Amino acid sequence: MPDLGLEVLLKGKNMARLLGGLWVALRISLIAVAVSIPAGLLLGVVMTWKHPLIRALTRLYLEAIRILPQLVLLFLVFFGTTRVFGWDLSGELSSVIVFSLWGTAEMGDLVRGALESVPAHQYESAKALGLTERQTFLYVVIPQAARRLIPLSINLITRMIKTTSLVLMIGVVEMLKVAQQIIEANRMSSPNAAFGVYLTVFVLYFLACWPISLLAGHLEKKWG
Amino acid sequence: MDQSVLREYLPLFRESAWLTLRLGTMGILLALVIGILCAAVRYFRVPVLRGIAAAYVEVSRNTPLLVQLFFLYYGLPKLGVRTDPAVCGVAGLAFLGGGYMAEALRSGMEAVEPIQMESALSLGLTPVQAIRYVLLPQAVSVSTPALVANVIFLLKETSVFSAVSLMDLMFTAKDLIGLYYATTESLFLLVVFYLLILLPVSALGSLLERRLRYAGSGT
Repeated sequence: MPDLGLEVLLKGKNMARLLGGLWVALRISLIAVAVSIPAGLLLGVVMTWKHPLIRALTRLYLEAIRILPQLVLLFLVFFGTTRVFGWDLSGELSSVIVFSLWGTAEMGDLVRGALESVPAHQYESAKALGLTERQTFLYVVIPQAARRLIPLSINLITRMIKTTSLVLMIGVVEMLKVAQQIIEANRMSSPNAAFGVYLTVFVLYFLACWPISLLAGHLEKKWG
Repeated sequence: MDQSVLREYLPLFRESAWLTLRLGTMGILLALVIGILCAAVRYFRVPVLRGIAAAYVEVSRNTPLLVQLFFLYYGLPKLGVRTDPAVCGVAGLAFLGGGYMAEALRSGMEAVEPIQMESALSLGLTPVQAIRYVLLPQAVSVSTPALVANVIFLLKETSVFSAVSLMDLMFTAKDLIGLYYATTESLFLLVVFYLLILLPVSALGSLLERRLRYAGSGT
C-alpha cells in the first residue's frame, strides 16, 4: 500500500481547518443565492414584459454576464473596479457581488423560461372563467411555473457552490487554499500529503453538491 | 488607457488566447467522445459498464474543474503519475465535460419514443441502420441546444487553467497586473480576447440550433 498522505488530516486541527475552508465557500454561495433568488424572480417577471427598451436592457444584462467566464467577472470586480473607482474591496465581498450578479441573471432566465412555458390557453381559459389578472397569476400561472422552476433553481445552487471554488484565484482563503497551507506545512513529515488532501477536497465538494443534485433530479422527475 | 501598453501586450494575449483555444478544443472533442460512449452504454443498458458510467457522470458533474485539476496536477504525481500541465488541462476538461455531454446526449436519446426504434426494426432495418437513420438524427436534434451550451460552458471553464501554471488568458492578465500594475489595459484585453473566442462560438451555436430543429416537426 503506497503512502496516500491521508494521515496529515488526522494531525492537530487539520480536518477542522479544511471544513472551515469549505464553509467559507459555502457561505459565499449561500449569501449569493439568498440575493439571487428574490432578485432573479423580479428580473424574470420583468423579462416577460413586452416593452422593447426593457427587453433590450434585461437581455443585455443577461448576455453580458453569461458570455464571460465567472473568473473574468471576479477579476473585473476585484482588480478592475478597485482600480477605476479607487475603493477597497475584500476578495470575499467581490465574490459575493459577482456571484449575486451572476446568480440573478441565471435565475432571471430560469424564471422567464418557467413563466413562458405556461401555455397561452391557460391564460385564455382563466380569463374565460372570469378570473382577474391577479387571480390568474396566483392560482393558474404560479403553481404551474413553480413546478418547473424549483428543480432548476436547486440545480443553480450546486452550480453556485462549484463556481465558488474560483475565489481561490482572487486570494480568498477557502478550502483549496487551506489544503495548500496544510500540504506546505507538512512537506517534510508527509511528502505525499498532496494526494490525500486534494483527494479529500475533491470528495468534500462532491458530498456538498451531490445531495442537492439528487434532490433536484428527484423533483424534476416527480413534477416533470 | 495607455495605447502603447495595449500594443505591447497584444502579442502576449494573442499567444495565450491561442493556447486557451487549442487546449479547449482538444478537451471538448475528448469530452464529446467520452459523452457518446457513456450515453450509449447507459441507453443500451450494457451491464456493469452502465453503472460505472452513471457513477462517473455524477462525480464529474458534482465537482468543480479547479478541484479536479488540483488533484490531477498536484495530487497524482505523488503516486508516480506525473503529467505535463497541458495534458492535465485537457484531461481535466475532458473529465468534466464528458459527464455534461453524456447527460445532454442521453436526454436526447431518451426523447425518441421507443416505438420509433421498434417500428424501424419491424420494417426490416438492421439495428445499425435503425440507429443510424432513425434514432440518431432525432436524438441529435433534441440534444443540440444542450451540446452547444456545454461547448460554451467548457470554453469558459478553461479560465481556471492558470491554476496548473498554463499560460492562458487569465495567467497573462494576472501576470501583467502583478508585474506592471497595468490593470486597466490587461483587463480590457482579457475581456476583448474572451469575447473574440466566445461570441463567434455562441453565434455559430445558435445557427446550428436553428438548422437542426427538426425533431418532432411531423407530429
